[in-house]
Amino acid sequence: MNKTDALIIGAGPTGLFTAHQLKLIGLNCEIVDNLDKIGGQCIELYPDKPIYDIPAVPECTGEELTNNLINQIKPFDIKIHLSERVDEVKKEGDNWIVKTNNDKEFSTPNVIIAGGVGSFEPRKFPVKECEKFENKSLFYSIRDKKIFEGKTISIFGGGDSALDWAVELSKNSKVNLVHRRDDFRGAQATVDKVNELAKEGKINLYTKYQMSSIEGDDQVKSIDIKNDNNEIKNLKTDYVLGFFGLIMQLGPIANWGLNIDKKTIEVDTEKFETNQKGIYAVGDICNYPGKLKLILSGFHEGALAARACFKLARPNEKYRFEFTTSSKTIKGRLGVKSD
Amino acid sequence: MAKITFITNDNKNHTVDIQNGLTVMEGAVQNDIPGIDADCGGGMACATCHVYVKDDWFDKLPAKEDGEEDMLDMAFEPKKNSRLSCQIIVSDDLDGLEVNIPSKQS
Repeated sequence: MNKTDALIIGAGPTGLFTAHQLKLIGLNCEIVDNLDKIGGQCIELYPDKPIYDIPAVPECTGEELTNNLINQIKPFDIKIHLSERVDEVKKEGDNWIVKTNNDKEFSTPNVIIAGGVGSFEPRKFPVKECEKFENKSLFYSIRDKKIFEGKTISIFGGGDSALDWAVELSKNSKVNLVHRRDDFRGAQATVDKVNELAKEGKINLYTKYQMSSIEGDDQVKSIDIKNDNNEIKNLKTDYVLGFFGLIMQLGPIANWGLNIDKKTIEVDTEKFETNQKGIYAVGDICNYPGKLKLILSGFHEGALAARACFKLARPNEKYRFEFTTSSKTIKGRLGVKSD
Repeated sequence: MAKITFITNDNKNHTVDIQNGLTVMEGAVQNDIPGIDADCGGGMACATCHVYVKDDWFDKLPAKEDGEEDMLDMAFEPKKNSRLSCQIIVSDDLDGLEVNIPSKQS
């Protein structure tokens, strides 16, 4: 069981800056995120896109912003638990017991949800029957590529993941690559490679097709793919892989007894506390009159939520406001010299 | 101002007036049209404001940018007449536009 003054759910810009604010005022914190990397939507959705409305930063990309925030919290040595999705939040005495999908447990008086629009999950095939094959012979990510050796694999998608795996798996497997249009959005070099392998007959390319049905008992046996003119092809296949990117799902947050409206959590604007004492929501996931879904708003919300955490984490102490420019205590925490 | 009709998957029509300059997605969200999630808020980063544009309207709309087509690869059941409603900007010319909302956004 990890004990901490505050647990932050979400390692996007808001979660990172909230951690900075907590440490600055002398509280401990840890961060949990479902993604395997730090940065949230900034890193997952738009790492290369420029952002123009971060105060005092005329222009930076999602990746640069993330890296700057990581640098900013470096003095504090904060534990960040990646690839962990928080599944359960339960009250026990004065503390919240938080459990992840991999059975990590935390005990804390303060939970700060900085979850964006929820956790990133793979986008799935629209064909309902795909569910029963999921993680057996139909996958949205690859853990062990050895299982595909000598088999027939049908890969769906037009981005880098689909193309990279088509190239890689074509070395030891029979590969069908199915995509809804002629253009691929992956890196040009990989697109060229796929076309070359298709010419050599090492990849069977089916463009303008999408899956229409899937057949099999325990294992997938075949799939039907259909094009815009309703022409159907049946492909025998041992495995199916879908690479349609990630989507944000509110997920288990919906079950924690919070006031949720349209995928956002209602909070007050003093502490950014939810209807549950000691659970706060900041950034894109919170909602209040006048809410703006901007990164700068998340920073403000996190700063205030951090101050609210102090009361529950240090019930016998009084919080004193201090500036980073003048406080010796804060400079000590940052590891910088005071004049 | 344009009158725009959203047809939900259960075949219900929702006709609303949307101001010029807003996107079709923003008009849908402001009017609580069910089935437009718009998770990313109009950043062309999520494909959860996906709509099917009525065929006679499809060619009248300004063409898609590359980024929109890329995102549509990830949409739920994309078709020939798929668009992201956050990329359609309302003007008087769009008066009478009809779009179908898919059964799901993800």
